[in-house]
Amino acid sequence: MHPKIALVHASVHRTDLPEFRSGDTVSVDFKVIEGNKERVQTFTGVVIQRRGSGVSATFTVRKISNGISVERIFPLESPRLTGIKVSRLGKVRRARIFYMRGLSGKSARIKERKVPYAGKKA
Amino acid sequence: MLGIIGKKLGMTQIFNAEGQPIAVTVVEASPATVMDLKTQERDGYTAIKIAQAPAKEKHLTRADVGQFKKSGIAPSRQVMEFRLDDLSDWEIGKQYDVGIFSDEKKVTVIGVSKGRGFAGTIKRHKFHRGPSAHGSRNVRAPGSLGAHSYPARVFPGKKLPGHHGVDQKTVKNLEIIRVDVESGLIFIKGAVPGATNGKVIVRKQNG
Repeated sequence: MHPKIALVHASVHRTDLPEFRSGDTVSVDFKVIEGNKERVQTFTGVVIQRRGSGVSATFTVRKISNGISVERIFPLESPRLTGIKVSRLGKVRRARIFYMRGLSGKSARIKERKVPYAGKKA
Repeated sequence: MLGIIGKKLGMTQIFNAEGQPIAVTVVEASPATVMDLKTQERDGYTAIKIAQAPAKEKHLTRADVGQFKKSGIAPSRQVMEFRLDDLSDWEIGKQYDVGIFSDEKKVTVIGVSKGRGFAGTIKRHKFHRGPSAHGSRNVRAPGSLGAHSYPARVFPGKKLPGHHGVDQKTVKNLEIIRVDVESGLIFIKGAVPGATNGKVIVRKQNG
């Protein structure tokens, strides 16, 4: 990539978003434009993949809404993304947990990931 | 039509005011200096001759260096003319940059397409493929070239395999998404002809 393009990327790069990975449960606040009104819609679910790099990075969130599974893809660097809250860390063994699509009920549970104790702060 | 010589830096995406991602090509252009005015009386047509990308004298021919000496501007690598009807705003030595596109909605981009070497008829002329199974031996072959004993020849202009690419291509009506005068960057929606680091000419559509 040309350094001048990298500079353009850096100027829109978001540093306010928390770290998360696939298997984590997140609440995504996304601005929706309806006519000339703007409101923030929250989408809560499990991250099943993160893909891409730089400005084109996206992540996919899956949830079960009234018994129907819904997946939404969000651009990670979008200005319409107003915030991400990580509510639960999930322990999964692969980066793309598409096998979740075939699971339901008890088998669709994800173990919680324990963050190792970083040691007492000095 | 006034224009500028640029370099294609590559493609990326940027978000517009509604927050939607748009695929853009980034073109970089250094400021252009007018080195000559072509007039109706002297040359039979009206145009401005511009120079971009200053270079050392030893990299240019003596004939070119002489041209730069005559107009009194720095020797440059890139020189081209833009046909304009009205030269009253222009004089030798006047400079302009990508800011000329700040108020433009759409532009024309001219570039040299990527080379494809000796290409078959499918890639070169968008022919269809033949059947790939059931014993077919005509998958990417051009097929029949014409009739038999009359006319007993292949008509001139028949589309056949051959060299493809490295042609000058003009794409009109490309939308301008953003112009950054400070860094000399133009963001053009979609693709423009040519390879990354290739020379492209970005031109206004009118005036």
